[in-house]
Amino acid sequence: MRIPCPHCGERGHEEFLYLGDAGVRRPDGMAEAKAGEPASRPWMDYVYLRPNPAGVHRELWQHVHGCRAWLVVTRDTRTHAISGAEDARTVALARDGAPA
Amino acid sequence: MRYSIFSLLSEALRGNTGWQPAWRDPEPKASYDAIIVGGGGHGLSTAYYLAKEHGLTNVAVVEKGYLGSGNVGRNTTIIRSNYLLPGNIPFYEHSLKLWEGLEQDINYNAMVSQRGVLHLFESDGTRDAAARRGNAMRLEGVDAELLDREGVRRLAPMLDFDSARFPVMGGLWQPRGGTVRHDAVAWGYARAADRRGVDLIQNCEVTGIRVENGRVLGVETTRGFIGAPKVGLACAGNSSRVAAMAGLQLPIESHVLQAFVSEGVKPLVDQVIIFGAGHFYISQSDKGGLVFGGDIDRYNSYAQRGNLPVIHEVMEAAVALMPSVSRLRVLRQWGGIMDMSMDGSPIIDKTPIAGLYINCGWCIGGFKATPASGWCFAHTIARDEPHRLNAAYRLDRFATGDLIDEAGTGATPNLH
Amino acid sequence: MTTPQRPLPASHRLSAGGLIDRSARVAFRFDGIAYEGHPGDTLASALVANGVRLVGRSFKYHRPRGLLAAGPEEPNGLVELRDGARREPNTRATAVELFDGLTATSQNRWPSLRLDLLGINQIAAPLLGAGFYYKTFMWPAAFWEKLYEPLIRRAAGLGRAPIGPDPDRYETATAHCDVLVVGSGPAGLMAALTAGRTGARVILAEDDFVLGGRLLADDLEIEGRPARDWAGAMQAKLEAMPEVRILRRTTVFGVFDHGSYGAVERVADHVGQPGPHQPRQRAWQIVAKRSVLCAGALERPIVFGDNDRPNVMLAGAARSYVNRFAARPGDRAVVATTGEDGGRTALALQRAGINVIAIADARAEVSRSLQVIADHAGTRLLAGSVPLRAHGHGCVQAVDLGRPDGSGRQTFDCDLVVMSNGWVPTVHLTSHLGGKPAWDAMAGAFLPGTLPPGMAVAGAAAGRLSLDECLTSGAFAGLEAATAAGFDGTAVEVPRATREDQDRVALVPTPKPVGGGKAFIDFQNDVTSADIAIAHREAFRSVEHLKRYTTLGMATDQGKTSNLNGLALMAALSGKTPGEAGTTTFRPPYTPVAIGALAGVHTGKAFKPTRLTPAHGWAREQGAVFVEVGPWLRAGWFPKAGEDWLAACNREVAAVRAGVGICDVSTLGKIDVQGPDAALFLDRIYANTVSTLPVGKVRYGLMLREDGFVFDDGTVARLGPEHFLVTTTTANAAAVLGHMEHALQWTWPTLDVTVVSATEQWAQFAVAGPRSRQLVARLADPGQDVSNEALPFMGAMPLSLLGGVPGRLFRISFSGELAYELGVPSSWGDALARALMGAGRDLGVVAYGLEAMNVMRVEKGHPAGGELNGQTTAADLGMGRLVSPKKDCVGRVMATRPALVDPQRPALVGFRAVDAKDTVTAGAHFIDVDAPATTANDLGHVTSVAYSQGEGRWIGLGLMKDGPRRHGQRVRAWDGVRGRDVLVELCPPCFVDPAGDRMRG
Repeated sequence: MRIPCPHCGERGHEEFLYLGDAGVRRPDGMAEAKAGEPASRPWMDYVYLRPNPAGVHRELWQHVHGCRAWLVVTRDTRTHAISGAEDARTVALARDGAPA
Repeated sequence: MRYSIFSLLSEALRGNTGWQPAWRDPEPKASYDAIIVGGGGHGLSTAYYLAKEHGLTNVAVVEKGYLGSGNVGRNTTIIRSNYLLPGNIPFYEHSLKLWEGLEQDINYNAMVSQRGVLHLFESDGTRDAAARRGNAMRLEGVDAELLDREGVRRLAPMLDFDSARFPVMGGLWQPRGGTVRHDAVAWGYARAADRRGVDLIQNCEVTGIRVENGRVLGVETTRGFIGAPKVGLACAGNSSRVAAMAGLQLPIESHVLQAFVSEGVKPLVDQVIIFGAGHFYISQSDKGGLVFGGDIDRYNSYAQRGNLPVIHEVMEAAVALMPSVSRLRVLRQWGGIMDMSMDGSPIIDKTPIAGLYINCGWCIGGFKATPASGWCFAHTIARDEPHRLNAAYRLDRFATGDLIDEAGTGATPNLH
Repeated sequence: MTTPQRPLPASHRLSAGGLIDRSARVAFRFDGIAYEGHPGDTLASALVANGVRLVGRSFKYHRPRGLLAAGPEEPNGLVELRDGARREPNTRATAVELFDGLTATSQNRWPSLRLDLLGINQIAAPLLGAGFYYKTFMWPAAFWEKLYEPLIRRAAGLGRAPIGPDPDRYETATAHCDVLVVGSGPAGLMAALTAGRTGARVILAEDDFVLGGRLLADDLEIEGRPARDWAGAMQAKLEAMPEVRILRRTTVFGVFDHGSYGAVERVADHVGQPGPHQPRQRAWQIVAKRSVLCAGALERPIVFGDNDRPNVMLAGAARSYVNRFAARPGDRAVVATTGEDGGRTALALQRAGINVIAIADARAEVSRSLQVIADHAGTRLLAGSVPLRAHGHGCVQAVDLGRPDGSGRQTFDCDLVVMSNGWVPTVHLTSHLGGKPAWDAMAGAFLPGTLPPGMAVAGAAAGRLSLDECLTSGAFAGLEAATAAGFDGTAVEVPRATREDQDRVALVPTPKPVGGGKAFIDFQNDVTSADIAIAHREAFRSVEHLKRYTTLGMATDQGKTSNLNGLALMAALSGKTPGEAGTTTFRPPYTPVAIGALAGVHTGKAFKPTRLTPAHGWAREQGAVFVEVGPWLRAGWFPKAGEDWLAACNREVAAVRAGVGICDVSTLGKIDVQGPDAALFLDRIYANTVSTLPVGKVRYGLMLREDGFVFDDGTVARLGPEHFLVTTTTANAAAVLGHMEHALQWTWPTLDVTVVSATEQWAQFAVAGPRSRQLVARLADPGQDVSNEALPFMGAMPLSLLGGVPGRLFRISFSGELAYELGVPSSWGDALARALMGAGRDLGVVAYGLEAMNVMRVEKGHPAGGELNGQTTAADLGMGRLVSPKKDCVGRVMATRPALVDPQRPALVGFRAVDAKDTVTAGAHFIDVDAPATTANDLGHVTSVAYSQGEGRWIGLGLMKDGPRRHGQRVRAWDGVRGRDVLVELCPPCFVDPAGDRMRG
């Protein structure tokens, strides 16, 4: 595969490290965590449960052998066709409503 | 028709014109006592054991393609029970025992070949980890031997003992491990299940799961609705898609794993050899091809094919381990979709929906589990509770933390 | 071995014509017999020219076989090429360029090719039909592995692997281009030309060693001159274009995502040995914006009785042998055709001096053009006729022709039967990304269906078989590809060419050959029409079942000549069209590729990178024995004369505990963390609190994964208010950095922090032992105070040393002694090691390795790899209280799940062997003294061991159920796989100075 890194241009995917679904959201880290209770649904969603779609997937890759930026890549898991790659921090700032 | 010396000879004399279909091609009935979704190795063995062990024969297996079209025909055919953790060893050992009696049981030669599995280590750390594992196996009554370098050399003299980047220090040897002719497993279970009355329905894709009041009623398919009070999902790489039809989200990602076969050569590799430092494993089929593979492609995928970087990685490991394979040629490469679970271990359990059962999360090691997976899943479906052997493969273990993480890599499916 | 002999002149070489260089002779041997050929020959053509007809044996029945084809589709002519460590089994003779001194040996036969005793399998053939393996060898049960399987394995497998490591080298390379053209037949040449003229970067890859494809084999004219000459002129034109690169002897074997193509270039397979510094083969990754597939088509055999007899050959192959190689495959030929191709073939054979006895044309109506040719050649034309059965053994001797129903049977004596049953487009590469070829009833073939993104198909591969169509479609596709890649060009004039009539019918095999005998579909795997019928009868009807059950198409030729006939027969038996039945999936590689080529240079010691510390050379001079730690080589111990590892280790430990020693710890990961939010950030990354750490202080840090288990540990030094230096374990250095970057860029993007790896920028040495302060002080530049007051335990300070080298000094201790870690820029690492050893000579300084370090950390109970195994919690390691519940940190929430806080979890414990003579080993399991060794009694396992001189016995650490509550009790350390069972006494995991006075001193 060829991933269009927004910083470095198109590169072979062997330069990148894959993490997974970019749709999961870390819940409040100060949520009450009582010893001995099973994980809450938001934490299950964050750490374990995945939609795992056969189709368009927004996912995190890091350009480890390049600029080291984390990227949000939009890719179809059936065809591997990539429709976009964005700088993850920029996406995350927008997500969190913070100025870039 | 039963396969015997007599049937073979009589068919030979009449020009092989009297062989019967290995299975019927039935139209789906309106309803069954149980439906298994997925006509792969696990689904077919589940149907077989439902009929054999639990007398449940009014059963349908629905398969979107042809029988055995998934990972049962796309793997590297290895069987072994050299696991580390208590939740795993008894299950895989049960599987190995079922393999050992499989051919007589189903009257089909799946070529179960206990050639032995040799897992190499290269450092003190990996040696001690192998010892821990071998001891855990022995505690469970499973065969395991720790070989030193010379012991490895006696079994596999073609390895690189002189100039390897990761020196061969020794290996964990399980003599009862080996290989099985993968397609024949699907066909053998299919034929045996069919003979016990199970309907095997090919080219029938499940498009929906009908649930009312928290209870499953049956499945919508491309050939119409089929009702059943019990529905078992054995969909491997497609587990997430099918479970989503019932509103379930799973701790699973689908990843592609490639496998390779070389041109046939005269006997060269006698055992199954696993090269830990190179993420590589190899054996030789009865036909002569070297069958080998490596790591997954490490990104979510439903395409049954891989990419070049992993091909290079696997070939590098092949030559690094066994320099004499360099001039042999790789004949075919293919990919299967692995249901990579979040802790690297499978799930065989009931679901929050009554009558709906799930069997998934096999990661890259589902083939060896085929008999026990079906056996335990059949028990879970028939009795509506897990068997002792699959008690650890709970769906809720991710919430409770009772993980079975052999690799210790945590919730990162592409690292298991 | 045979005695040397002068080769006889080639008996079947034409006196003129062909693309061979008659001025030079090339000597070679096949099965020990010396022959002669010419440059331009393949091994196959040279064998044909020497009258060799029998070249191999089939896989299952060991039937004698000759050449079926002249190209990469050859199923029969497989040889072991070269010998010894360079032996290449299963090499297609048709794909081997002849070179001087070539040796080839037939394979899969015993004792010889002519007399093969396993030919007896043919007698048992009725038993050995499709699927017979699955129905038999089950009685008695134990015999499969003991008897049947070993016999099968010995009989299977075709050629033999080479002996020993490959003496040749390989390399991998990457090329980028705008347009990749695959194949250099008429379509490919035109595509390359039109694309090249736009200025696009073009790569033209050709499998063969000469450009031209079928132009080399056929009597065709382009622009009024022989097509072969036109191809030569085109090559010259392309070579003159600076942006066009021609890769001959290069097979594009696979299509991968986003315009990546795998190709293998046979750089030196056409010579005896690669030249100095030359690889044997080069594996290319070609990244192309667009591609044009011009891979041509393969001819479809006719399925009839004993159609596998040697010298029953494809018509196109026969034309290739006579026209391109000037080699006469026979003297008396029968042509069996289903269309106009038969006439061209008959003419070509006749021109080569072969007596064409008869032409059997499957079409019922007499073709006028064929009649003209038959009359001209003085041969009989039998319309409505097909071959019914071939006769002969080592070479075909006669063939029966007749009507398809078997009537009108006549026998024709001949030594060559050529068959022409239409063409099958080479669509393989079009379906590597999952595209399904589409059945075209008109063409009687599967044509490219959904194409990989960016690919176009031209010429015969697209079903455009005639020469003028090839030229036109190639020209068009090449231009379009270049345009799509962003280049401008205008249409070129397509040259005029011979017009070819492609009228034909297609012969579909019948389940039982009308004329008797065995009708082969897959020649190499011995799959007959009867096998397809068995598969159908037994319900293996889907194309994939058919393939897997009968092994159709699974031989080394990957079914290039067999798939369509097999699928068509199954479709007919099932009452479907081939389009409805579908085709199996084509998978890479198109032709088999040497494993070594794909491995490239990453073999042997270069399999993975080897990482060395800056002071590696110094350690080597000290006689260090290095051990593998992931990619690193680290000094394990420094043996003196006569010392084994344990003696060396004991000496090193004793020297440190009594005096001072130095140890290279440069492999530990070092991450520089800076920014206004650095302290807050580290509070979130670490389970314990970092923000309260004063400047100039160091703190132990424990890191969890988000699932609550321990990820890594190390130290955090605060170098400034907004500046920290973090260390990680050697194994996790890269993972921790990525984890931090993920946290900063994705999880908490507003934190103003920068992290950067400093692992390779700093060399670091542990200086440990009661005299370590003295030693450090000697290296410090004047005016630097390293006293206990200036730098107390867990202090950090900049240190100028060795005359101005800017170093960093950390007072931390892994050994439990008064100790420091001293960091310098890595270029000073080697100098630092030497300076420490030099300055400490009178203090008795020793270099100590990983083993001694391990002993000391086990004695202190510090967790390392065995304990930080990804399966342990902070509490398991006795560090539960480190985890601060008052702040958000990675892993905080999930660490509270029931199973993670279960008091029954195995936890860290120390132990010592009860008997000082016993050795304890890591990986042993804890079992109660009186309990049998079973899983039910498994209490945990030994994670680390060490020989403790202080204790005078082996000690260790382990993870054990109730371990912390059982101090003082005895259990067994049971190591069944090593045959050990040792009584140990449990104790707190600390054996040296539990109060920590030494390190604070």
